[in-house]
Amino acid sequence: MKKFAVQDHELVPSHVILSPEEVDVVLKEYGVEARQLPKIHINDPVAKEIEAKVGDVIKIIRLSPTAKKSVFYRLVID
Amino acid sequence: MTVPKRIGKIRFGLISPQEYRKMSVVKIITADTYDDDGFPIEMGLMDPRLGVIDPGLRCRTCGGRPGECPGHFGHIDLIAPVIHVGFAKLIRKVLRGICRDCSRLMLLDKEKKMFLEQINTLVDLGQPTDDVVNKVFSEARKHKVCPYCGGPQKEIKFERPLAYVEDGHKLTPSDIRDRFEKIPDDDIMVMGMNPETARPEWIILTVLPVPPVTMRPSITLESGQRSEDDLTHKLVDIIRINQRFQENREAGAPQLIIEDLWELLQYHVTTFLDNTVSGVPPARHRSGRPLKTLSQRLKGKEGRFRGSLSGKRVNFSARTVISPDPNLSINEVGVPMNVAMELTVPVIVNSRNMEHLRKFVNRGPDKHPGANYVTRVDGRRVKVTDKNCGEVGEQLEVGWKVDRQLTDGDVVLFNRQPSLHRMSIMAHRVKVMPYKTFRLNPAVCPPYNADFDGDEMNLHVPQTEEARAEAEILMRVQENILSPRFGGPIIGGIHDYVTGSFLLTHGERRISRRSLMEVLKKFDISDLPEPAGEENGVPYWTGKQMFSQVLPKGLDLTFKADFCMNCPECKGENCENDAYVVIRDGQLLKGTIDAKAVGAFKGKITDRVIKEYDPTTASRFLDEMTRLALRGIMLAGFSFGIDDEDIPKPAADQIKDVTHTATDNVQKLIEAYNAGELEPLPGRTLDETLEMRIMQTLGKARDSAGSIAGRYLGLDNSGVVMAVSGARGSMLNLSQMAACVGQQSVRGERIRRGYAGRTLPHFKRGDLGAEAHGFVESSYKGGLSPIEFFFHAIGGREGLVDTAIRTSQSGYLQRRLVNALQDLEVNYDGTVRETRGIIVQFKYGEDGVDASRRDYASPEHVHRIIQKVLKEES
Repeated sequence: MKKFAVQDHELVPSHVILSPEEVDVVLKEYGVEARQLPKIHINDPVAKEIEAKVGDVIKIIRLSPTAKKSVFYRLVID
Repeated sequence: MTVPKRIGKIRFGLISPQEYRKMSVVKIITADTYDDDGFPIEMGLMDPRLGVIDPGLRCRTCGGRPGECPGHFGHIDLIAPVIHVGFAKLIRKVLRGICRDCSRLMLLDKEKKMFLEQINTLVDLGQPTDDVVNKVFSEARKHKVCPYCGGPQKEIKFERPLAYVEDGHKLTPSDIRDRFEKIPDDDIMVMGMNPETARPEWIILTVLPVPPVTMRPSITLESGQRSEDDLTHKLVDIIRINQRFQENREAGAPQLIIEDLWELLQYHVTTFLDNTVSGVPPARHRSGRPLKTLSQRLKGKEGRFRGSLSGKRVNFSARTVISPDPNLSINEVGVPMNVAMELTVPVIVNSRNMEHLRKFVNRGPDKHPGANYVTRVDGRRVKVTDKNCGEVGEQLEVGWKVDRQLTDGDVVLFNRQPSLHRMSIMAHRVKVMPYKTFRLNPAVCPPYNADFDGDEMNLHVPQTEEARAEAEILMRVQENILSPRFGGPIIGGIHDYVTGSFLLTHGERRISRRSLMEVLKKFDISDLPEPAGEENGVPYWTGKQMFSQVLPKGLDLTFKADFCMNCPECKGENCENDAYVVIRDGQLLKGTIDAKAVGAFKGKITDRVIKEYDPTTASRFLDEMTRLALRGIMLAGFSFGIDDEDIPKPAADQIKDVTHTATDNVQKLIEAYNAGELEPLPGRTLDETLEMRIMQTLGKARDSAGSIAGRYLGLDNSGVVMAVSGARGSMLNLSQMAACVGQQSVRGERIRRGYAGRTLPHFKRGDLGAEAHGFVESSYKGGLSPIEFFFHAIGGREGLVDTAIRTSQSGYLQRRLVNALQDLEVNYDGTVRETRGIIVQFKYGEDGVDASRRDYASPEHVHRIIQKVLKEES
């Protein structure tokens, strides 16, 4: 049987772990330190699924009727 | 600038007696305050080491003068321990949970371990531990014998307010303290307390901190007599009893007297902390007024938190009743002369405005517009009086500050509570006027939700250039015409403005040159339009032409008016009801102006004007439209009286027929139900079906009665004009007045409450008929029968209760939302951040869209733009 994956659900937006270089670009763009980003818990089902580690930054792309795509960044914490 | 510091953590706990002594600067032993020379007595309640309030003295602890010295705590050593009222319930719980001999928490070791683990996880998660702790105490209480020392336990009764009775003996605070002292640290942790910051015995007071004099200043009355603060009075009581207690004990007084004094000490300490404990008579001032002690200072609406920290009082503000003035611009506010002469705007003198300001100062404070104060370069403030105004005016130099009185054109903030949205505070331009009320254009009532039945509003005068600029750019009324709630205009015509526009523009109203001049004389119009035609050789104009005068040039707009009948086939421009509005190049060609065109919340024209032109054009349009509409309604004449609710006899008969048939039909339904012939609707019981059918029948009856009345009431009826144009009221209101009030309901059902099986003793038990359950056949005009009146009152009461509950609930919701969101800020880069710079949203609203500027974002509007561009090219 296929393993159940949260990300396959249509209501779960896509989560991507950013590389350290990409993280730098994001932090520079908003002029913030990593700790000023919104957080996501390491035990979050999606975070577990994409095997995020504490300190990673996850890019979340949500679909929105008004903005088409809305991008969020979240710092993984424990 | 000082670097802001971040609070790492806040720890709540109890203060230990040692800590009280450590932070105390002086031990207070005498109840006296000041000596005969008016100097504070040492080791008294006003000891100079506790801080200073008298000018000229210096604090003996920190050396600060009054105002600099924050005050320092002292202490009183209590002769015998007393209970802290705030912890009375906790004491009860702990007493019952611990062994009376060995003071250990009466739980087995493994239970303790389990509960401790639960508490620790909850603390780690940052969640309240109350539930677990309560469980600990309730479990511990179940033991009748101590699991450790085997000592038998006795029932402890708590007698309000502050007595603990064990086996018929009253436990003294000393006994309780002794027991608490013996509780091992490990057990304290299981009780959800941290033994390092809060040991249970610290709840029993042995030392009482004396608050600094700075928080209980005495007042010198005009007679030279000193009047002490309530807290000082209470402390005096405590010290007196404490002394008496000591003397009596040392003298070896009988136990009875000692106990009485102990109780008295307990009473005074209790009321010092909280003067509203139930069961304890409140301590009173000599005048009989209850004292305001510590807890009363903090609690409630006027307490420190809600009254002094969350809410503050300001200067440069005014409040008075509001009244309407349609001749004002929507951007203006009429300010009474008395208010204008009291409120001031600070202006710094420079070489360019010196002569201008000198005139203000020379006029003095009693002649508007004058000046009330000047501040010299060295910071000395001089009150301008009638006597010195000329002199001060001559002395005026560059760099001085003049507090000149409010004059026409000043920018002020205008506000009406409850300030539920940002349009509750808007910036207006001042217009100084006679009489004593604030005046505003009724068109700005909707955003403030104001009316003139006695409403009061507040006015604030910005005191700096930055504040004025911000107010003018962001908060001006014209900048707030579009509501961020739905992106449409929230400001617009109400009531008579709508009626007036309707009367002026409906059909082809012919207006003579004379009337035209009369209406348009207030407007800045240089060229009259061509007359629409001639009648008997006399030229006439139409109302539509007149309305076109206030429309901006180049406006193109087509829409259906509010009173559009939604005909099955829309005839467009050839609408028979004149409900299809066509505006071309700023000329109203077809259709009637009503609420849909210019009304608040709807206003299509206002909406178009502000989105295609600018706020200034829109505000000018609103100003002129309101003025025109009022002159329009005055030209036509408009009134509504009791006889406007009259309907002709045939109509009244028809209505009577309809209601009678309806009640008969209801009776037939009931008969069918009783005979078992009624078919239940899918998913309903038979009873429900009957109820629904009856409601349907009666609802239909009310509607057809209304439509009969409507047929006889045409546009010659003022009520119909108001309802149809959307100015006020509805056809339902009218038909209730003229034809039939209809079914009264509670919670959407017919009225059923009352006596057993019936609503009133006038009916038989089980009567399901229309009259027995609140159908009101009469009209308001015709008058209700006593029974109908009673049912109507029942239905009406529900409405009142609902609104009362809704406002309190939504008010609380609002408060919680505001408290949660007040520190969020939209930054220039579009991110939403809180005070620490932590990002909440990367783009405001996730799409960065301002609702008031997106023009409903529908494809229809794209067509508009294309149309407009193409037309301009060709």
